[in-house]
Amino acid sequence: MLETTVPEGPVIRIFRAMKLPVGDNFAMAGLIIYVIFALTAIFAPVLAPYEPTEILYTVDYDLASDLLPGQEGHILGTTSLGRDIFSQIVFGARAALLVGLTAAFMVAFIGTIVGLISGYYGGWVDTILMRLADVAFGIPFLPFVIVISAFLEPSIWNTVIAMALVLWRDTARVIRSQVLTLRSRGYVEAARVSGSSDFKIILRHIAPNIVPLSLLYGSIAIGWAILTEASISFLGFGDPNSISWGFMLQDAFASQALSRQAYHWFIPPGLAIIFVVSAGFFISRGYENLLFPKLGR
Amino acid sequence: MSTLKPVLSRTFQLILVLWAVVTILFLMFRLMPGNPLAAYIDPTFTLEQQEALIRQFGLDESLLRQYFTYLGNLLQGELGYSFRYRTPVAERIWLLLPNTLILTFSSLIVAYIFGILAGAWLAWRRASRAEAFALPIVLATRAMPEFWLGMVLLAIFSFSLGIFPAGGTRSAGTEYESLWSLYTSADFLSHLALPMLTLAIYSQGLPLLLMRSNMLDVMKEDFVTMAKVKGLSPYTIVIKHGARNALLPVMTSFAISVGYQLQGNVVVESVFSWPGLGRELVSAVSASDYPLAQGAFLMIAVVVILMNLIADLLYTFLDPRISHA
Repeated sequence: MLETTVPEGPVIRIFRAMKLPVGDNFAMAGLIIYVIFALTAIFAPVLAPYEPTEILYTVDYDLASDLLPGQEGHILGTTSLGRDIFSQIVFGARAALLVGLTAAFMVAFIGTIVGLISGYYGGWVDTILMRLADVAFGIPFLPFVIVISAFLEPSIWNTVIAMALVLWRDTARVIRSQVLTLRSRGYVEAARVSGSSDFKIILRHIAPNIVPLSLLYGSIAIGWAILTEASISFLGFGDPNSISWGFMLQDAFASQALSRQAYHWFIPPGLAIIFVVSAGFFISRGYENLLFPKLGR
Repeated sequence: MSTLKPVLSRTFQLILVLWAVVTILFLMFRLMPGNPLAAYIDPTFTLEQQEALIRQFGLDESLLRQYFTYLGNLLQGELGYSFRYRTPVAERIWLLLPNTLILTFSSLIVAYIFGILAGAWLAWRRASRAEAFALPIVLATRAMPEFWLGMVLLAIFSFSLGIFPAGGTRSAGTEYESLWSLYTSADFLSHLALPMLTLAIYSQGLPLLLMRSNMLDVMKEDFVTMAKVKGLSPYTIVIKHGARNALLPVMTSFAISVGYQLQGNVVVESVFSWPGLGRELVSAVSASDYPLAQGAFLMIAVVVILMNLIADLLYTFLDPRISHA
C-alpha cells in the first residue's frame, strides 16, 4: 500500500505533543486541580458568599470578628476585622491565577526567545546571552524581588516583572541546549541548503519542537510565581489592593492568629497554595515522562 | 595544568558575575525614587557626618564617578553607615552572618541526611505502596510556602504545646561570655530548633528526589547486575554498589542548596525573629535603611555566587565524565 503522509503544520505538531497525559496519574491529578483552580478564580463572585474585604456584622449588630468555622454561617469563620475567610480564599484564587499565568507567560516567552537566538546563532551572540544568564543565576531571587517591589510602587505587576527578570534563565538554558541538538538535524540542514531564511527555519522547523518544553517550564514557573508572590505579600511588600493567599497569611500573622491558635485562619491559605503549586509539579513530572521518555522513571 | 585551567576560568567567570551583580545593585539603589543622596545619607545625620559621607562616596559628583568610587569603597569593604544603628554597615553584617550561616547549615545537614536515607529507601522500594504514598507528600513539601510551614510549627510547638520558644536566639535577660558559649547553650539550641526544622522539612525534597532517581539509574548499571549475578546480599548491593555511586551528584547539589536556602531564609528568619541577614534585609528595606539593605543584599549575593562556583568545581572534579577540554 502506498503511504501518503500529509505534511503537518507547526500548530498541529504542537497540539500533538501536548496531548492529555492519560495514563500518568500525577499529571492527570495536576490537570484536574488546575481546572478546579481556574474555575474557582473565574466564578469567584458567584462562589464567595461575601466580598473579601467587606467588614461583617452579626445579627446583633456586633462586629463579626474572630468567629470560628460554622458560627453565624461562616464556613471557615472570620478574621479579626470581621471578614469572611472562605470568601478571601475564593478570591485569593484570582490573584494567584493572575500572578501565576502572567509570570509563567513572561518567563516562558523571554526564556524561549533567548534560548532560540542563543542556540541558533551561536558565536558571540550566544556568549553574551549565556553570560547574562550566569548573572541572573548570581542574583539572589527573593531579595531581588523584595527590593524591586519595595522601591517601585507595590503592585502585582512590579512583582511579576521582577520575577521574570530573574527566572528566564532556567528556561533559556534548557531551550538553548535543545536548539543546539535540533540545529544539526537533517531536516534543518535541508531547509538551510534549500535557501530558507534563518527566520523561517527557526519559526517552522525549530520552534514547534521546543514549544512543549517552553510550556513545561512555564507550568513550573506558575508555582514559583505563586509562592514568591505569597512571600512578598507576607513580608508586607505586596499589592495592598489585592486579596491574595499571601496577604491573608500576613494578616493572620500580624493579628496574633498564631498565639490565639486560630488555625482556621492561617491553615486554609497555606493548603490552597500547596494544592495549586504541587499541581504544577505533578504536571511537569508527567509531561517530562511523555516528552523525554528516556528520563522516565 | 589540566586541573588548574577550569578553576581559573571559573574564577574569572565568578569575578565577572560578581561585578555585574554589584553594578546592578548600584543602579537599583540609584534609580530608586527620591534624592540620590538618600542612598547613603539620612537627614538626621549631623552636618559633619553628611559631608564626610558625601566625600567618601563622591555623592556630589557625576554618576559615573560615583560608580567608580562605589567600586573602590567596596573593594575596601566600605559599605557606608546604617541609618538606624548609626554604625558601619559592614560591622552589622559581620555580626549577623554567623546566625544566618548556623541556621542554613544546620538545617541543610539535617535535610541531606534524611533526604539521602529516605531517597535510597524509596528507590529500593520502587513501585510499592510506600512510594505511591510518599512521593506526593515529598512533592507537596516542595510546594509549601516556607513561612507558612514556620507559622504552623510555631503555632503547634510554641503557642499550643509550649515546647519551644517563639522567636529570637536567646531568652530575655540571658548573657553569655562568648559567642561560643552562646551557640552551644541549651537556650540557643532550643531557639534554633523550630526555624531549623522548618527549613529542613522544606529542603529535604531535593536530596531525596535526586538520591532516588540516581539510585534507580545506578541500579540499572552493569556492575549492579554483576553483583546480583554474583549472589551478593541486597544490603551489599544497595549500600556498597548503589548508594555509594548515587551519592556523588547529591553531594554536589549541597552547595547549590546553600545558595537557595539563603534566599528562603529571608522569610523564615522573619517569622521566627531570627536575627540574620535575611530578616535584616527585610527590615532595612521597610525602614528605608538603604546602606544596610544594600550591604545585606550584597552579602547574600556573594554567598550565592560562591556556592554556585563551588558546586561547579565539585561537579568537575568529582565526576570524571565531565571534562573541561
